[in-house]
Amino acid sequence: MNGQLLKLESVTVTFGGVVALSEVTFSLESSELLGLIGPNGAGKTTALRSITGVVTPQHGTVTVAGHDLSGLSIQARARLGLGFSQQLVRPFFNLSLLDNVALAAGHAITRSPRRALFARDRSRQRAQALELLERVGIADAAASAPAELPLGYLKRLEVARALALSPRLLLLDEPLAGLNQQEARRLADTLRELNGDGLSMLLIEHNLSEVMRICARLVVLDNGRKIAEGVPGEVMSRADVRRAYLGESYAQA
Amino acid sequence: MLGLDAYHLSLITAVGISVGVALSLNLITGFCGQISLGHAAFYGTGAYCAALLTKAGVPFALGLASGALLAAVLGVVVGLASLRVRHDFLAITTMGVGFLFIGVVRQQDVLGGELGVSAIPDPGLGKAGFALLCVGFAAAVSAFSVYVKRSWMGFVFDAVASDEDTARVLGIDVPRYKLAAFALGTALAGLGGGLYAHNVKFIAPDSFGFVESITILAMVVIGGIGSVGGVVLAAVVLSLLPQWFQFIDDYKLLLYGGLLFAVMRFSPGGLAGATRAVLARMRGA
Repeated sequence: MNGQLLKLESVTVTFGGVVALSEVTFSLESSELLGLIGPNGAGKTTALRSITGVVTPQHGTVTVAGHDLSGLSIQARARLGLGFSQQLVRPFFNLSLLDNVALAAGHAITRSPRRALFARDRSRQRAQALELLERVGIADAAASAPAELPLGYLKRLEVARALALSPRLLLLDEPLAGLNQQEARRLADTLRELNGDGLSMLLIEHNLSEVMRICARLVVLDNGRKIAEGVPGEVMSRADVRRAYLGESYAQA
Repeated sequence: MLGLDAYHLSLITAVGISVGVALSLNLITGFCGQISLGHAAFYGTGAYCAALLTKAGVPFALGLASGALLAAVLGVVVGLASLRVRHDFLAITTMGVGFLFIGVVRQQDVLGGELGVSAIPDPGLGKAGFALLCVGFAAAVSAFSVYVKRSWMGFVFDAVASDEDTARVLGIDVPRYKLAAFALGTALAGLGGGLYAHNVKFIAPDSFGFVESITILAMVVIGGIGSVGGVVLAAVVLSLLPQWFQFIDDYKLLLYGGLLFAVMRFSPGGLAGATRAVLARMRGA
């Protein structure tokens, strides 16, 4: 292993005539917390979806730990160790918060319908789920139905559920959006701790102060192209990055 | 059995079969969230297969098992074909399967064509023994349903019924679970069909048409989609009513249609949902 866990090579995605991603290449080292940033519509979520399998690139390859992902179903990619926290929350509304996470924690059982039919005990997965809910700070609502909870809780539920898959790579699409400043800071700290324990993460986030605080390296997209890559401080001081984020006049100031 | 006369034994038999068959659809539609408007096709497959085999001299138990197996094979084939369709498209696809079944059976002389299959041999259990067998069938399917609901398979079914895209993100092989639901549900429907054929001793294509599919679905919806207790209750009541009151049999479609409409309008959770709502209100008061 050369330590490269995730590699996107010349990934191009078009929707109809619109180019959402153009020849994007970047990689993520094992145990790295990589920030993927860029203004709205830059192609961040599309890049993430080409990793999870929701969109299929017109050309280019995505590899995880040397496995080419092309042609693999979403569930097969999840079983290769991809945990995905979605931007738009998608809880199972008919399950409690705890069971949402416990179901993910039972991934070794749910892998095969036969094993699932003969397994009944959920106590171990529920205990693990409760720990994860505590870790992201929403254990107080473990027994609640998702419909009763504010967005801040559901965003953290997404993260807890992705963590429950014991992923080798955690993909986070704006996990801090919808959280207040204090909650966002706490969750960002949790993410940094998890990364400190060796979990690799790709983080898409608009909350730049938190991104700058916890990410060791950034990749910047604009209009579907990679425009910069490197250490946060350096990347954010570049004129082209500032222009992409703030507009022409600010970059010159 | 219990000193019951032939009339009551035949009621018990019919109710037992209805409960089992309604619960078999509940596995697919209630637990896994996959609507089916053609369940009678699998019920009919089991009935025809078992009847023709026992008429050919195969033992009753083997005939029943073969009917269940053939229905499950057909169920998996239909399931495979339906994996790419969801919701209303799935409803239309399964409705098509139901009509396809009737269309094929009507044209096959081997299957008795329009005239059906008559003189199906008696299993030799006596009226009471057969009624007991059907009650056992209903009890076994109920117990199995409760078991599945509490197993990890039931847990996954809950997730698939709620949001299959998210289930995939959690590494769940959604197609395999749907096929498992189809296989289990159609096998049990086939078993029920075999029992039905040997109860009435005569089957014809019309016994397994669209009306029968809707009747089974009505039991599931009125009882409460996914609720084992609710579906059992609805299946008992809805299969007894037409037997008790001849005029209800004449207006069966009107009654079922009206009930379906009322449930969807006033209590989408069926009897089970309504009961839960009342209990919650009493606790709150």
